[in-house]
Amino acid sequence: MYTASDLRKGLKVTIDNEPYIVTAFEFSKPGKGQALYRTKLKNMITGSTIDRTYREGDAFESASLEERVMQYLYKEGDHHYFMDNQTYEQTIINEDALGEAKYFLIDNLNVKVLMFREKAIGVELPNFVNLRVIKTEMWVKGDTSKADYKPATIETGYELRIPPFVQEGELITIDTRNGEYSTRVKE
Amino acid sequence: MTNSLIKNWPLARRKNALEQRAKIIRKIRQFFSERGFLEVETPHRIPAPAPESHVDAVLSGKWFLHASPELCMKRMLAAGYEKIFQICRCWREGERGSQHVPEFTLLEWYRVESDYLTLMDECEALIQCLAVEIGSGESVTYRGYNVFLASPWERISVEEAFHRYAKISAKETLRQDLFDEVMVQDIEPRLGIKKPAFIYDYPSERRSLARLKKEDPAVAERFELYLGGLEIANAFSELIDAKEQREVFQLEMETRRSLGKNIYPVPERFLDEMEEMPPSAGIALGVDRLVMVLLNAKTIDEVVAFTPEEL
Repeated sequence: MYTASDLRKGLKVTIDNEPYIVTAFEFSKPGKGQALYRTKLKNMITGSTIDRTYREGDAFESASLEERVMQYLYKEGDHHYFMDNQTYEQTIINEDALGEAKYFLIDNLNVKVLMFREKAIGVELPNFVNLRVIKTEMWVKGDTSKADYKPATIETGYELRIPPFVQEGELITIDTRNGEYSTRVKE
Repeated sequence: MTNSLIKNWPLARRKNALEQRAKIIRKIRQFFSERGFLEVETPHRIPAPAPESHVDAVLSGKWFLHASPELCMKRMLAAGYEKIFQICRCWREGERGSQHVPEFTLLEWYRVESDYLTLMDECEALIQCLAVEIGSGESVTYRGYNVFLASPWERISVEEAFHRYAKISAKETLRQDLFDEVMVQDIEPRLGIKKPAFIYDYPSERRSLARLKKEDPAVAERFELYLGGLEIANAFSELIDAKEQREVFQLEMETRRSLGKNIYPVPERFLDEMEEMPPSAGIALGVDRLVMVLLNAKTIDEVVAFTPEEL
């Protein structure tokens, strides 16, 4: 059971007996008024999105999804293949159902595959994954003129902003909850 | 950044924003000193916060961390201090979002023999002067809006704003218990887009610690200032009738009780001394939010040294 104050991006709840995931979240509090929790919710089965505003006391059931630990194998077109670590059975998940998770999947990564009535409808990633920078501007050591982020592309094609001192080819840790740079990995 | 292995990069990259923030705060102090205001410091830890339905004070031992320095500053007005200001930390339980941190910085100022109209003028002068200080000049860019700061700023009553932007009266939304939802979804995003906007004369149900308007007691002399859709400040022509204030507090307490929230002790000393309070006006302005607008920051996280999650 959750209340509105638990709402955050990525939380999975049940609405009208179907699982929804919070895809956008904003806490609002108009002057002297009550706290309002504005959300965008994606139906994890149909993929349709709804806007809902909740109040402080509102309660939710968590989405009742079975989780199975699986290893990411590879992708073919829109199909992403996973293997159940216990049964070795393979499961296919469509790119649409993966959402932003598709940017952080690397071969052999263990993820939790979310099952609803025996159908795989999404994945839950580890909070942090290591991915390699394949494209970014050069940085000259000692250059203090650009103490800000610069754009970069990682091996999955995902684009993000990283500190200027990270060079092309280096491995970085990304927080999958917000898709942001976290640290540089020393190899 | 000469060190290439900074662990806390989000903190390191905020240096420029924090330098600008310090500059803005220095200028605020100078602005009020030059206008003859006395800078004061009142205790952060208090026994009885102002009872407000939707502001939850943080417990500190048997007392509370203040959610605003309002009550102590008003006691100073009652004791003969005429123009005072304070910049201080305040705490509000559970408030966290892209525009909220539960520990934040408020600027409050109070002046006797004034009303909320004086404060509107003073807000204009203050923010114009701060924009010049940080070199943004006659306008600020915030969330893609170019907000012009030249006086006069837009002044729109709550009733007018509801009619214009939501096609419904504010009174009707109160009846349907939808005032806050309409405010957040339909009104706020449209306030202060071309110029900063004062939205004023709140329905008496939302009076808080403001006095009712003599000519129209259905509304209270309260305003909020918005820049680029972001709420920056809340101001009142202060209520100075202790009996009326006690009744307002009781109503707020009842709302708190019905929402299952904790009940604070009644601030008796404040109510007692309020009888000597001269007609006054007072305002609370969110310093973090103002810095956000002046620096065009997307989230409040970019203008504070540490967020709660980083501690």
